[in-house]
Amino acid sequence: MSTRWRRRKLSESTNALAHQFDDLEQQARSNTLGMWAFLATEVLFFGGLFTAYVVYRHAFPEAFAVGSKHMDVVAGTVNTAVLIASSLMMALAVQSAQLGLRRPLIMFLLLTMTLGAVFLGIKAWEYHHKYVENLVPGVNFVWEGPLRNQVQMLFLLYFIMTGTHALHMVIGICLLTYLVLGARRGRFSREYFFPVEIIGLYWHFVDLVWIFLFPLLYLIGLHL
Amino acid sequence: MSPIVTELPKIHYLNAAYGLKSWLLTTDHKRIAILYLITVTLYFFLGGFFALLVRLELMTPASDLLRPETYNRMFTMHGIVMIFFFLIPAIPAIIGNFVIPMMLGARDLAFPRLNLLSWYLFMAGGLFTLYVVVIGGVDTGWTFYVPYSSVYSNSYVVATGLGVFITGFSSILTGLNFVVTTHTMRAPGLTWGRLPLFMWSLYATSLVQILGTPVLAIAVALVGIERIWRVGIFDPSLGGDPILYQHLFWFYSHPAVYIMVLPAFGVVSELVQTFSRKRIFGYKFVAGASIGIAVYGFLVWGHHMFTTRQSVYAGLIFSFLSYFIAVPSGIKVFNWTATLYKGSVSYQTPMLYTFGFIGLFTIGGLTGLFLAAMGLDLHVHDTYFVVAHFHYIMVGGTVMAYLGAIHYYWPKMTGRLYPDAWGRFAALLVFVGFNLTFFPQFLAGYLGMPRRYAAYPEEFHLLNVMSTAGASVLAVGYLVPLIYLLWSLRHAPLAGPNPWGARGLEWQTPSPPPTFNFEKTPIVTDETYEYSLEEEEVV
Amino acid sequence: MRFLPPTASTGAESVDSLYYFLVALTFLFTGGIFLSVTYFAIRYRRRDPRECPRPVHGSALLESAWIAIPFVIVMFIFGWGAKVYYDLSVPPTDALQLYVIGKQWMWKAQHPDGQREINELHVPLGRPVRIVMTSQDVIHSFYIPAFRVKRDVVPGSYTTMWFTPTKVGRFHLFCAEYCGTEHSGMIGWVTVMEPTDFERWLSGAGAEGSMAATGEKLFQRLGCAGCHRSDAPGRCPPMTGVFGSSVVLANGQTVIADEQYVRESILNPKAKIVAGYQPVMPSYQGQVSEDQLLSLIAYIRSLAAPGTTEAGTAVQPQAAPPAPQPRRSRVSEGPTTITQPERRQRK
Repeated sequence: MSTRWRRRKLSESTNALAHQFDDLEQQARSNTLGMWAFLATEVLFFGGLFTAYVVYRHAFPEAFAVGSKHMDVVAGTVNTAVLIASSLMMALAVQSAQLGLRRPLIMFLLLTMTLGAVFLGIKAWEYHHKYVENLVPGVNFVWEGPLRNQVQMLFLLYFIMTGTHALHMVIGICLLTYLVLGARRGRFSREYFFPVEIIGLYWHFVDLVWIFLFPLLYLIGLHL
Repeated sequence: MSPIVTELPKIHYLNAAYGLKSWLLTTDHKRIAILYLITVTLYFFLGGFFALLVRLELMTPASDLLRPETYNRMFTMHGIVMIFFFLIPAIPAIIGNFVIPMMLGARDLAFPRLNLLSWYLFMAGGLFTLYVVVIGGVDTGWTFYVPYSSVYSNSYVVATGLGVFITGFSSILTGLNFVVTTHTMRAPGLTWGRLPLFMWSLYATSLVQILGTPVLAIAVALVGIERIWRVGIFDPSLGGDPILYQHLFWFYSHPAVYIMVLPAFGVVSELVQTFSRKRIFGYKFVAGASIGIAVYGFLVWGHHMFTTRQSVYAGLIFSFLSYFIAVPSGIKVFNWTATLYKGSVSYQTPMLYTFGFIGLFTIGGLTGLFLAAMGLDLHVHDTYFVVAHFHYIMVGGTVMAYLGAIHYYWPKMTGRLYPDAWGRFAALLVFVGFNLTFFPQFLAGYLGMPRRYAAYPEEFHLLNVMSTAGASVLAVGYLVPLIYLLWSLRHAPLAGPNPWGARGLEWQTPSPPPTFNFEKTPIVTDETYEYSLEEEEVV
Repeated sequence: MRFLPPTASTGAESVDSLYYFLVALTFLFTGGIFLSVTYFAIRYRRRDPRECPRPVHGSALLESAWIAIPFVIVMFIFGWGAKVYYDLSVPPTDALQLYVIGKQWMWKAQHPDGQREINELHVPLGRPVRIVMTSQDVIHSFYIPAFRVKRDVVPGSYTTMWFTPTKVGRFHLFCAEYCGTEHSGMIGWVTVMEPTDFERWLSGAGAEGSMAATGEKLFQRLGCAGCHRSDAPGRCPPMTGVFGSSVVLANGQTVIADEQYVRESILNPKAKIVAGYQPVMPSYQGQVSEDQLLSLIAYIRSLAAPGTTEAGTAVQPQAAPPAPQPRRSRVSEGPTTITQPERRQRK
């Protein structure tokens, strides 16, 4: 986001300034750095899962391609579009906060949350669909064919990785709820909008993780 | 030196508010540090108790004191409690929390409520683990190797994993807090080049905590998933690879040892300067070495896996990079030693622990060279040689530095001194007891005694008896400070703001400090450790 | 008090040399630091509570010296350690081939002629011995301190180790990777015998037929012979001479047909299809035990191309010199510790 907004002279709005900081500018810098540091930990967190994925895909290329054909590509594509749209809504929400526009801020936050909920709804449908097709490892996985264990590995990684991602989405929606409640109470203004900004960062990150998950899980071996 | 002090400051962080709620809902970094101090000390003695049982069993070759199942739980829980609930939090969460804002001239950390959350996560993970101890324990070794932990063990693996997982977040949040605080909360004039070396060390530690701990979380979570749902992430019969677990685990656990030792380096840097009243020799190199160790620490995890199926070429790379780490560690030791040159060296308790650290860490670090040599590691891997190596660094290093730090900052934390004679006596006991406990283990290891053995052949008997004897001395050495430090709270003379004549912003505050540390944010104009100025001239 | 275990193999001597060097280095540096610290601490002890020493400025020269010199030393140690490791990992081509399976909580050893041992291993003096091993359950580690060798045994794959014993006697065998309740009970003895005594032991050890013979029977019984015919190559690649050779796969890669390759081909045949053949072989996962797999491997190994000596059978005792110089294998005999990238990701 534009640094112009940060370098504006920020008045000390005393109820927004936390006691440990000297001024709002220091608080903004700290919060932003804190969120980036946290996102770094998330990269490593998902990184562990991506490592496991890379190792097993390299070992079982055929099985992963075969299993990937059983993913709901349509649902995944729709979800990708939904999530990108939600990120757009989030970016607009942050901009509204920076401009001090309360109503648009709340509207965009609610739109982001709605799209996030749509994503989770489609995901839930996908999971249910897999359950019905007996493709849930550890629960009811059935596979005819010689590559059973390897295909199961793909589905295992699918559930673990998208499940972890979905958990982060849920947390994101809770954080957005917190923002909406704060916005309704008039907590944010042109001088003090950093919570919206940093939660926006988080939301974009969760979106980015999905952008990686989608092709790696859904589009293996797919040709147009 | 400082004048005789006759009374404590009227209001300070300890008496600013009373009642359980004021402590459990505090956001004052100093109170949070005290909360950590109490709980971490409890875990230290719990882990020590497990160690005592292990050493008692090993006094005789046969498995006669404990059944093997029990013994296996004892060494596992000794490792888990000591690593996750003592070594990793001790210096950062106690000393770091207490001192960092004051060192930086700030009122508190960047995120005080997050700090409190860190403590609650630590407690949650810790209580969970305690619960596991009570209901029967876990017996996989602190390394949780699969397939034993995911398929074969009959102990509470998932519950323990959950405890470790939760505590990991405590570590991550503390690291995050320290990194942001160091970047954004420094007093005016306190540039990076003027930061105390303790800050450099903790900054490096925090980088490792932030980047490494999430991978452990994943590794432990995957083991839990495999165990609960019986799926084959690491199970070879279902297509999994047990060595993948080892890679994920050691990717964190090697940097973890730097989480445990880097803060100790920071403490030693501070103590060596204060007690030789001289600025460190080679400030830039010591600071750079901390960062170098933190970065390199991420590149060497495979040196724990030379005897597995890891390819020779990967092993060569890991061995090569492991030797790189020897250099910055050496830089520190040489610079500390050079700081004593033409200094004014006093032998108070913190300095005795510092001397002990320098000697024992040198030995521990040099024995790392043995282990990084692939050909030699084939013989000594998974033997008592490794056990001795890491105890020299963790106990001879980190624990001694921790005790030195506690004695150094005790006057600041409590406003009281302590009987230095008893302090020195305990330090000596610890030093002697430590060497008697762990040096024989180097010998036993090279002779071939494997780790994690409840029973062993007769030829290792004498060495084990020596080791157990040393452990009893060491135990006394650790109990003595507990007694006189608690005694000092009531009966020792008052300390005043700066009993050691040290430099640093934290010594400009009263002892104990007020809740918000400074009346006004100080402005720093001198380099750190300017001992050449008269005391009255110091800002 | 003894400081070293018995030095009973060619490798042990080279490991011990490196050890002595490192011990000396440790004493040197520790002594140096200890003496410096003690000297400075006494010489510069505080005599007046108010004394304030002048700062000593750092010295880039000194810093460079104590960066460069330790760096050179540790690189030297790295090189030495790597050489020792390489020597300990790559066996000579004429090694006696043995097989070990670790399981909770015992070691099962098998000789190519069929002799089986539990928690014991008999080997002849002066002859290189190569051991192919795996685990039936959790990770263990096969450790013989007297030979200074240790290698983990991992379920689902093979690891190898080798040694040449140089002393007659009985030496400890330990499991060195924590594996559960009786980990400290998973110990045994390695007995090194004079070659003639070893021959005598082999004939008296009650073998039920060589491993290769057992493997051949299995080969017939499991139906492998119906497809992998040596007389009329048809749907399946012939087995004659395949062991140890290079195999070109359908995807263009080339692999060495070692123990790991054979094992995988039996348990997971679709993983690597030989060029020119269809993926029709069924998997035998769950139908063969680890012992049976090793017998099959021994059999296929024995189907050497005409003209070469059969490795793995007990040949006449050689008048071996006390410390023979092992021939380095030119073709990778397939020690699975030197894995090519495509083989690292095994199940």
